[in-house]
Amino acid sequence: MRALNNQIIGLVRNETEKMIRKKRFYVVLLVLLVLVPVFSYAQMKQAESKREKYGTDWRREVQQAITDNQNSLGSDRVPEEWKKYRQVYIQQMKYYLEHDVNPAAPGGVTFTREFLDNAATLFIPLLIMGLGSDIVSAERTTGTIKMLLTRPVRRWKILLSKLITLLMFVSLTVLAVFVICYLISGMFFGYKGFQLPVFTGFRLDGASVDLSSVHAVPQWTYLFMQAGLIWYVGVVVAILALMVSVLVRSTAASIIIMMSSLIAGNILTNMASAWTSAKYLFMVNLGLTDYLAGTPVPIEGMSLGFSLLVLGIWAACSLVVSFLVFTKQDILN
Amino acid sequence: MKLESHADRAAKLPEVVLQVDRLKKVIGKKTIVENVSFTVREGEIFGFLGPNGAGKTTTIRMLVDLIRPTEGSVSICGHQVHRNPELALSYVGSIVENPEVYSYLTGYENLEQFARMQPGISKERLKEVIALVGLDARIHDKVKTYSLGMRQRLGIAQALLGAPKLLILDEPTNGLDPKGIKELRQFIRSLADQGMAVVVSSHLLSEIQLMCDRVAIISRGKVLASGPVADLIQNSSSYVAWQLFPRVRGEEALRALGCQLIEHPGEVLDDALLTGSMEGSILTAMRQEEIQELIPQLVKAGIQIQGAHKINPTLEQLFLEMTERESIE
Repeated sequence: MRALNNQIIGLVRNETEKMIRKKRFYVVLLVLLVLVPVFSYAQMKQAESKREKYGTDWRREVQQAITDNQNSLGSDRVPEEWKKYRQVYIQQMKYYLEHDVNPAAPGGVTFTREFLDNAATLFIPLLIMGLGSDIVSAERTTGTIKMLLTRPVRRWKILLSKLITLLMFVSLTVLAVFVICYLISGMFFGYKGFQLPVFTGFRLDGASVDLSSVHAVPQWTYLFMQAGLIWYVGVVVAILALMVSVLVRSTAASIIIMMSSLIAGNILTNMASAWTSAKYLFMVNLGLTDYLAGTPVPIEGMSLGFSLLVLGIWAACSLVVSFLVFTKQDILN
Repeated sequence: MKLESHADRAAKLPEVVLQVDRLKKVIGKKTIVENVSFTVREGEIFGFLGPNGAGKTTTIRMLVDLIRPTEGSVSICGHQVHRNPELALSYVGSIVENPEVYSYLTGYENLEQFARMQPGISKERLKEVIALVGLDARIHDKVKTYSLGMRQRLGIAQALLGAPKLLILDEPTNGLDPKGIKELRQFIRSLADQGMAVVVSSHLLSEIQLMCDRVAIISRGKVLASGPVADLIQNSSSYVAWQLFPRVRGEEALRALGCQLIEHPGEVLDDALLTGSMEGSILTAMRQEEIQELIPQLVKAGIQIQGAHKINPTLEQLFLEMTERESIE
């Protein structure tokens, strides 16, 4: 057992070295360092224009948002779908007003929270896909797989070490997103806001919101919950990317496959509410943080538990396929 | 009593390191390799020869667990590769086709990678192997900057790391210059002299002839012949080149003596052999022993003999003969 552990540790060290020296993770960090300031700046501009409109009274701002949305409910041109979203939004905003809590109190922490809500379904999965989709296929493209598999190490151990390394980098990526967001947006909005209350636990029942289990949590707790859910999504995406990487020989092909299915997920969430069995696809279930915020679900019958389960099953199946194929396949080129 | 005699016999022959038994590989409906068997013993350099697409690489890959055979088995030092790969492969160092290493790492980091995959490889062993292949000066440079020859050396260093009993080199001379090829040949010989068993595959027949003790010739997935290089040569037809003066009368005399003259030497022998000193000579198909019988008779006929040499067929020619025989059958 100790010999096995040592062997796996050695292999994970190898994989980590490769991952770092390929500079893939640096690219992830670079992307964050470039994009987060851009988003922060845009957010700041938006806040400035609102301040001009409503002054410093956030209650006026929220009240205005509620009125705007209520007006649009009466309009025939607004699709039913959107009306549902807006009704839910109105109820939530009212709840915030009643409890005298500013839902968008400016601050680095609030920005981080909102950014993550938006990044969870596409941005972070894309970053993780970039790390994962060539982890096996690159070895095939360059031929190093032959060196790797002719060593006296069983193939499942090689793949396991790749999986472990990938999961370590998923965790690191999620952490990096949080830290970079907070540090950079803090420069724009200040570093305060960990104790601000955020409401969670909105339960959606058709177009109405069940408020019975709504409770306030400090923003830092909310961030932790978000991080957990995003990490889970990241792990699932990483495992799927690993499978594609095992199945597809070319790195370019495996990146395209992963990327298009992620983007397809985003498109489907916006239009699949009529096609209910789409809820079993992994890509429409990536918005786990939406359940925290209480945004209406894209397809009837979805819930946090349901999405966790669907993603879990997809991940488990991909793992089985990856290991079966990788340990059995002939290396012909 | 019986056991003893068995042990006696075993003591005479070096230990079998690689035993390949009736290997077969079918991919889709196509049989790539069929009924390939051979053994390689300690200290022996075994050549695996065949044209491209004959099934060489498939066979080599089955030896190192990259491809699972449809039938048959490979055992290394008594351990079956496909049943117990961790044990069997710990005796093997290999380069399959090109020595592919991570070009974004340095040579040293590459070796460290492979060292971590096998227990008991010390820093000293790394240094030793690096010195052995003569890469000391550039080992801390990125592999990206290496020449093909240096990559080849790094590949060999990688293969030798675990002090293997069996070294498998697939087309090792690919991309090397003549000097490099000669060095490699000497290097492989010195490894074999230290008791390592070496399997070398090649489509370059002269390479195998110069390097190997025994050889198997493979074509279309089947072994056509195998045995010591000398035996294979012995069994094939050999030729004698005569340099006679005057040439025309010499030719007539040889014909009159019942010799079989080869009209178009280019068809049976390597072009390279026919140029230079052999220019203008008359080629006959015969065994070496017949030369001394013919000489007095030619002298009697008043023909000057400037030279008569036996030409060993190259493996190239052997191969031609065998494949021709096969296609006729």
